[in-house]
Amino acid sequence: MYYRRYRTPSVWQEVERLQREMNRLMENFSPRRIQAAPSFPAVNLWVSDEGIIVTAEVPGIQPEDIDVSVVNDLLTISGERQPEQHSEEVRYHRRERGCGKFARSIQLPFAVDANKVEASFKDGVINITLPRKEEEKPKKIKVVAK
Amino acid sequence: MSDSEKTLDAEKQQVALSEGTELTRDRITFLPRSDIYETNDALVLLMDIPGAREEDIDITLEKNILTVNALVDPKEPENYALALQEYEVGDYQRSFRLSNEIDQDRIEASYQHGVLRLVLPKAEAAKAKKIAIKSN
Repeated sequence: MYYRRYRTPSVWQEVERLQREMNRLMENFSPRRIQAAPSFPAVNLWVSDEGIIVTAEVPGIQPEDIDVSVVNDLLTISGERQPEQHSEEVRYHRRERGCGKFARSIQLPFAVDANKVEASFKDGVINITLPRKEEEKPKKIKVVAK
Repeated sequence: MSDSEKTLDAEKQQVALSEGTELTRDRITFLPRSDIYETNDALVLLMDIPGAREEDIDITLEKNILTVNALVDPKEPENYALALQEYEVGDYQRSFRLSNEIDQDRIEASYQHGVLRLVLPKAEAAKAKKIAIKSN
């Protein structure tokens, strides 16, 4: 009797396998995998052996109003979008563009060299290049045939 | 509609296509967030179109329909792999119907830091005139 029980796959194991299979199927249906940004701004993160590139769309924000800081493997983007200044009284017909302060921290996949981080700003898109620490770069190991 | 200020939103809204219409470009098209406000002598339109280059913005006015079209080519860094994607890059398109009270020949457009600003001056006849009440 005991012997048999060990050999039968558990029902839960089977359910889990089915669930994994379903998830895999569903993923194939959606052509792109977009994750909802937890807060402003939404970022895209690109990775290579050399480092990381982070881009974010921050329209209408003055470059001097954006702060980028890096501590080990934590990148923080913060800033403020100033509301439109009016010299006279205006009447709004439509107001869809938000404003205010924002801050976001992103956990990077590996530690970067904080001294070499560069951020550029063009057409409302911020582009942050974060080179990987020299000592943390993956080392190629030669396979020697004997 | 309300005068209260909105908070920042991270998500972009996709353009809803009318039935039977398809885009010629195999790309997502977004509806840019816009503000429209009226001053004494003009209507000002602000539009968030991050990523669009100045030369790729197309503004047309035809039969009172003002259309803004901005084509954005996604730039992918070479030798890098996308590890996290929270936004997509695509074109922008939005149209507004203008009233006749706009002086269509004097519309001005400027672009800075991903925001397009259109100033639509009101026609002379449509400007609000102050009428003084005479007291007897």
